[in-house]
Amino acid sequence: MSADGRSARRTAADIASAVAAGEESAAAVLDAHLAVIESREPDLHAFVSVLGDEARERAAAIDRSVAAGEPVGPLAGVPVALKDNLCTLGLATTCSSKILEGWRPPYDATVVRRLADAGAVIIGKTNMDEFAMGSSTENSSSGPTRNPHDTAKVPGGSSGGSAAAVAAGFAPLGLGSDTGGSIRQPAAFCGVVGMKPTYGAVSRYGLVAFASSLDQIGPFATTVADAALLLEVIGGHDPADSTSLDGPAPAARSRLGEGVDGLRVGLCAQLLTGAAPDVAARVHEAAEALAVAGARVEEVSIPEFDYGLSAYYLLAPAEASSNLARYDGVRYGLRVDAPDAAAMNRATRTAGFGAEVKRRIMLGTYALSAGYYDAYYGQAQRVRTLVVEAFARAYADHDVLLGATAPTTAFAIGSKADDPLAMYLSDLFTIPSNLAGHPAISVPFGTGDDGLPVGVQVLAPALAEPLLFAVAAALEVATPQEETVP
Amino acid sequence: MSTTLGDDWEMVIGLEVHCELLTATKLFCGCRNAFGDEPNTNVCPVCLGLPGSLPVLNTGAVERAMAIGTALGCEIRPSSFHRKNYFYPDQPKDYQISQYDEPINTGGRLELPDGSVVGITRAHLEEDTGKTLHVGEGGRIHAADHSLVDYNRAGVPLVEIVSEPEIRTAAQARAYVAELRAVLVATGASDGRMEEGSMRVDANVSVRPAGNEVMGTRCEIKNLNSLRSLTRAIEYEADRQVALLDAGGTIDQETRHWDEEAGRTSTMRSKEEANDYRYFPEPDLVPLAPGAEWIERVAAGIGPLPAERRLALAALFDGGPTPAQRDQILAVVDLGLDPLLRSATDAGVPATLALARTANEVATDTDAALRLERTSFATLLGLEANGTLSATQTKAVLAVLLERGGGDPGGIAAELGFESLSSGSLAATVADIVAAHPDEWARFVEGDKKMTGFFVGAVMKATGGNANGKAVTAELARLAAP
Repeated sequence: MSADGRSARRTAADIASAVAAGEESAAAVLDAHLAVIESREPDLHAFVSVLGDEARERAAAIDRSVAAGEPVGPLAGVPVALKDNLCTLGLATTCSSKILEGWRPPYDATVVRRLADAGAVIIGKTNMDEFAMGSSTENSSSGPTRNPHDTAKVPGGSSGGSAAAVAAGFAPLGLGSDTGGSIRQPAAFCGVVGMKPTYGAVSRYGLVAFASSLDQIGPFATTVADAALLLEVIGGHDPADSTSLDGPAPAARSRLGEGVDGLRVGLCAQLLTGAAPDVAARVHEAAEALAVAGARVEEVSIPEFDYGLSAYYLLAPAEASSNLARYDGVRYGLRVDAPDAAAMNRATRTAGFGAEVKRRIMLGTYALSAGYYDAYYGQAQRVRTLVVEAFARAYADHDVLLGATAPTTAFAIGSKADDPLAMYLSDLFTIPSNLAGHPAISVPFGTGDDGLPVGVQVLAPALAEPLLFAVAAALEVATPQEETVP
Repeated sequence: MSTTLGDDWEMVIGLEVHCELLTATKLFCGCRNAFGDEPNTNVCPVCLGLPGSLPVLNTGAVERAMAIGTALGCEIRPSSFHRKNYFYPDQPKDYQISQYDEPINTGGRLELPDGSVVGITRAHLEEDTGKTLHVGEGGRIHAADHSLVDYNRAGVPLVEIVSEPEIRTAAQARAYVAELRAVLVATGASDGRMEEGSMRVDANVSVRPAGNEVMGTRCEIKNLNSLRSLTRAIEYEADRQVALLDAGGTIDQETRHWDEEAGRTSTMRSKEEANDYRYFPEPDLVPLAPGAEWIERVAAGIGPLPAERRLALAALFDGGPTPAQRDQILAVVDLGLDPLLRSATDAGVPATLALARTANEVATDTDAALRLERTSFATLLGLEANGTLSATQTKAVLAVLLERGGGDPGGIAAELGFESLSSGSLAATVADIVAAHPDEWARFVEGDKKMTGFFVGAVMKATGGNANGKAVTAELARLAAP
């Protein structure tokens, strides 16, 4: 296969079947993608590390298996871009933080093992906001990632590197992590499909924790079907994660193509409030498209969602303040020497963490402090319960909910870097699903006035992934224009 | 009883006992739970707190915690884990996973051998830390050149048993810990080895004027790792507090360190310096709710507890054991040697003899004693009871049995040359001695009982202690008979 863009933009499913059938070598698929990376990565900086050598060995091994007639998995020879907070055995895993400089995990994350078992080829580790804290992929120790559609714009975040990599054709598939929208918002900004699974559907073992009760690994792809395929590969029970759900992975592709005839879709007012007019217009068009396809679309108001952002920005930093305590310079990563352990610890953390990470550690430490716990952390937990209950009421009358993924299209690099609150508002529409542990997906649906992609978000109840993907596929079919190839 | 506190003051003591559970693996990972291995060999991503690792609860540890709760009469409840956040190099995650407001066991009691009862507030599960070794300048933290950390112990399962502040003397505190230790060993939850750190005690101590209901300000003395330290530290601390109060001073609530060599406590950190642990629910674990069937199965697996075992031994003594025998029974049960003793009494050995040999000879080497073949021990004591072996011979054979872990007592007696003391040679020895002491023999024949002792002693001397006292007496009686 040649190294032109056409080869690189094929779906994962196409590539895997061609490789498995021996029609095409995994090595050639890899080379085609590495060529695209070589040409565009200098402008985008989607990767923290490109794993060319490791990927070539892996591709060669898959080709040998095919030649020997051995079974290869459903992602045979498919390049995958991994967010750099997923542990890879012997390969640097930085979370885009100085504090993890030089650390090579002695183990693979469960999702990485499952990718390997499925025949996937890890092509690189992608850039992110440090420890997944941010909405623009600007908070990275190695510098910002740029949006493939407009390099003056951010790709969104925190999984901006994976979103940009898939959008730019560096890999047909990517993995990210979504704590408050970190897969869906960059998917929307980069014009790709990004999905957060039900909490517990994908093992978190080997995902470097940001906020453990909210974090979930999920897929990026150029098509809804590819995203569903990737979820089926990475999902399913893992005994190494106590919060992992029993049973196999969600049958994400089981209802693709069923359409939406007769489905009850709730167009949620709170998932549009504050959205830019062009973004809101695309969401209304999406709702109309679903109605045309036979769905019953009704407006629904869920006022509790308005409190989600505040609750999230107490709960996530609180958990983060504890999760990030281990970066103390004692066992791995950066160490700044000082006369005693406490001083070394302070010096290491001062030098190793970026400003946004420090801000959230301070916020979270405060929220958990004696005398403040009930007013902050306790109150936020109560709000979380209210959000869960509000979802339950909404799903009594609706099968899925519809709204915007993010309030705007991709914003300019640097435009919100000094205004944390404005940055936090990017997560307004994505946070409720994290608080409830429900699945949600962002599907590209047209462009904004600036010509940049708009993402429409579909939300579903826990474990309703098959339904969620069915609705997403219907939206994909109804997309007003051809996918924009950046 | 404090020797120094006097009648005007009363101690109020509450104890927190940390007990390492005797599991094969750690609390949240599959690493070996073992004492004394090469540093940092029993470690993995989970117990090193590596980024991305997650804890998975060891059900074996849960069962042992439930066994402890059952033995202490606690209610076993649905529980959950929290994170206790603080920075320290031997704490790999810089937080400890512990149970906070929902412990697995609540509200039990422990009856001490003297009949007093101490309430148990809770007994909860948590993970242990690693160990820091300060290198250079005698290991003192402030002067050390550098520190080394061994994470083998990190993640070892602990149950922390918190007593009500119902203990009133250092001696009672000691008895409480000793009894608790015996209970923990009896449940199989712990090896109870304080010297290896399997059991560590923190003591909360305050004093108040005798008869006063209001609690005084307490100080917590950390990490007391022997019964002797516990007693001394409590007595020192109570005396210190009384002296301060008598001088018109006040007690500052603080955490104190016990210096075993200096024999005194000193300030570790004041209340103001106390950590804010910022407890919050551990999001990486799910709540624990043992069902009734599981609780019952664990309870059914617990053997008889020390109090019950002491009663069983006491019942072997007609008219009850003497006070000295009561103390011996306490020691034998504490050391877990009662099954050995019972093997002898079951074989017909008198309880007095079996208790004496178990408490005096066997208990000197507990490890060897616990390995000793019970049948060997029972057979040996049978030989002593029926007069085949003397007390001295029995002790010599017992020493060999302990060394070898068992064997044939008769054979060992032969090896030791005790066989030559057949009745024939004994008779000859006795006859020789009688012939050598005609005056004493005349008095014996006339019924002077004191002379029995004289002749037995003389025979013992002549045989190097290898004669059986009963056999000598029998031979004397035979010779004196008309």
